[in-house]
Amino acid sequence: MINVLEAIRQWGPGSRTWWQNQLSGATDPITDAGWGEGHVRKGFFTDTSICIGCKACEVACKEWNRVPARTASEHGGQMLGSSYDNTGHLGADTWRHVAFIEQAPDQLVRARESGAALSKPVSLGMPTRRRADEQDAPSPPAGGVPHASMLATEPVGLPAVRWLMSSDVCKHCTHAGCLDVCPTGALFRTEFGTVVVQADVCNGCGYCVASCPFGVIGRREDGIVELAPAHDGKEAVTAKVLNGGVAQKCTLCYDRLVDGMTPACAQTCPTTSIKFGDHSDMVAKARERLAELHAQGHTEARLYGANPDDGVGGTGSVFLLMDDPEVYGLPPDPVVTTHDLPKMFTMAGIAGTAMLGVVLSMFVGHGRMQ
Amino acid sequence: MSTSPFDNDRGMPRADRADRAGSERSGGGRKRRRDGGRRGDPNATVPDVEFTSYYGRNVVKPAPWTHEIADYLFLGGLAAGSALIGAGASITGRKRLRRRARLSSLVAVGLGGNALIADLGRPERFLNMMRTVKLTSPMSVGSWILAGFSVTTGAATALGILRDDLAFTNELREKLHLEGPVSSELLKYADGLMTGGSAFFSPPLAAYTAVLLADTATPLWHQSYRELPFIFVSSGTAAGAGLAMITTPTSETGPVRQLAVVAGAADLVADKLLERRLGEEGQPLHEGAAGKLHTAAKALTMVGMAGAIVAGRSRAANAVAGVALLAGSACIRYAFWKAGNASAEDPIYTIRPQRRRAEAKRAKGLGVDQPGGEWPGHSGR
Repeated sequence: MINVLEAIRQWGPGSRTWWQNQLSGATDPITDAGWGEGHVRKGFFTDTSICIGCKACEVACKEWNRVPARTASEHGGQMLGSSYDNTGHLGADTWRHVAFIEQAPDQLVRARESGAALSKPVSLGMPTRRRADEQDAPSPPAGGVPHASMLATEPVGLPAVRWLMSSDVCKHCTHAGCLDVCPTGALFRTEFGTVVVQADVCNGCGYCVASCPFGVIGRREDGIVELAPAHDGKEAVTAKVLNGGVAQKCTLCYDRLVDGMTPACAQTCPTTSIKFGDHSDMVAKARERLAELHAQGHTEARLYGANPDDGVGGTGSVFLLMDDPEVYGLPPDPVVTTHDLPKMFTMAGIAGTAMLGVVLSMFVGHGRMQ
Repeated sequence: MSTSPFDNDRGMPRADRADRAGSERSGGGRKRRRDGGRRGDPNATVPDVEFTSYYGRNVVKPAPWTHEIADYLFLGGLAAGSALIGAGASITGRKRLRRRARLSSLVAVGLGGNALIADLGRPERFLNMMRTVKLTSPMSVGSWILAGFSVTTGAATALGILRDDLAFTNELREKLHLEGPVSSELLKYADGLMTGGSAFFSPPLAAYTAVLLADTATPLWHQSYRELPFIFVSSGTAAGAGLAMITTPTSETGPVRQLAVVAGAADLVADKLLERRLGEEGQPLHEGAAGKLHTAAKALTMVGMAGAIVAGRSRAANAVAGVALLAGSACIRYAFWKAGNASAEDPIYTIRPQRRRAEAKRAKGLGVDQPGGEWPGHSGR
């Protein structure tokens, strides 16, 4: 009986059929892409609580992947004036981006409240740990941790300035908008579960750029890069931009992965803020670290992308953040755009049918010309 | 995170910092309030929406598309509308309308295809669009629709000219000593097939561009997915009707004038419904260049509709109404193109709706910043 009900639930009207799970929801992208058995999803865990903002990841990425440097005219030739961040945003020529955020203590108080609220449904497999001295403490008021709510009125004992640093990267989504909308098949799912552009196939239509909910992928400007400036009467050394005019983004160092190596950014990170490994290990590490920080009272910590039921089916690059996602320039509820594609095609089908019906009926209504 | 006493010597004095925190957020935690004219009004009944972004920078990237894409949105719709009018003319024996509407359609689709190729980062690789059929990509689906449309409409046009204007008959065939199975019967059959094909591909050609825009992370486009196909098919039909009113004598354009009124009205109604549903998230449609184009589009469409009603048999009045309809269609496409880019460039349009739904998502355990449960594919490896 239960099986029958289950079957009806799975195949009945309004249920999610197998092909809809290809557009959203928790799934294993390696199997979906047809790679078969024996492949393991790889990913990053970027722990921003121990990022020191050295930007070694940005440099290592650019060197290994031959990503062009910023042109002098970008940002109008100006410094960005956003703390130590002069990179700005991920894009075709920035595959790792270190964000710098300076905050006053009141923002830390707010972050602690929002972070504590997020970890309330810890029943989702989170180990709960409490310090021994908390055992007999009175239960906290709803929606807050005791000292955080106290500090909400008077931030005492908090650092005068909080400096957040975070190395952002392509999320390698379970449901990747860029990959879904690519019309040429240039973007593909690798055997590591990552999303990579085939630069020799991409024709630079730019659809992926508009479809990434994180604003990661970009279309590289075609042109000339200056490898060495002119000096002592010698001409400047220039070269054609690599992969100009096509979509470019982090490949999770696909070329290094196939040789069993670690991606350049994770290899170079001096504080192990960027960790690389099997995706299952990354998620486990992230959840452990979150529990550890919360146990220490740092309830401002929260994970990003570790939930396989989120709008993009979870991300291959998992983050631990110390404030709300939008503070770092990350979307607070990213949803892969193709989640709504069946509805879009349905509306277009109705509109198109109406167009056909109206136009032909106008002519038929007027009758034949003699 | 450090609470070292040395930190107390850094940065600006505490008092100053508190002042600044009160007036304007510093650094990454920049807050902005957006509530139209009610900024900071203590009597406001609805609290200000608190909005945080990373230095005011956009979260999603605007599409790197130049004006060629807006041109194509207009030309593709015009081609689809014209071809469908051509098909209607074909089944009702309006020969001049059939030929001129189809030639218009071919010119429009040719210019539109060129615009699409010109916008590519690597135009020489445009044929890569044909290396796969991908249902999750409206651009891939659209490429095949465009190809099918171009072939059938081109063939229908050629066959129509061959049959009507060159008066191809079996006698002519005899005179020219043509070999093979070409006969007037075969041409008639092929004409019907290609006319049907052209009519079959026209509505998808007019509608798919709406899905293409909606299937992005660009907030305005994505949120418009319900009404946008109706706006685009109406706009394309109105443009096709407008061009036919210019090119074809009024004796054959009775149904076209009627169509212009119906399509224009549908366009305005769908647009109004969209505006109402989007509310403040539709603000980019009312601001700046997009706002002006949007207003102009509505005005021009109304002028065109009025013209189609009162023009009667006056060829000049029909042409004026037709120009207004064409301009209105072009303006609405440009308005959506520009408004979409504006919505992507301002982070409030990305973050505000997401922040609003985030709480409900968390209650169901679907939050991106929740620790989450079991991952498919993780166990057993």
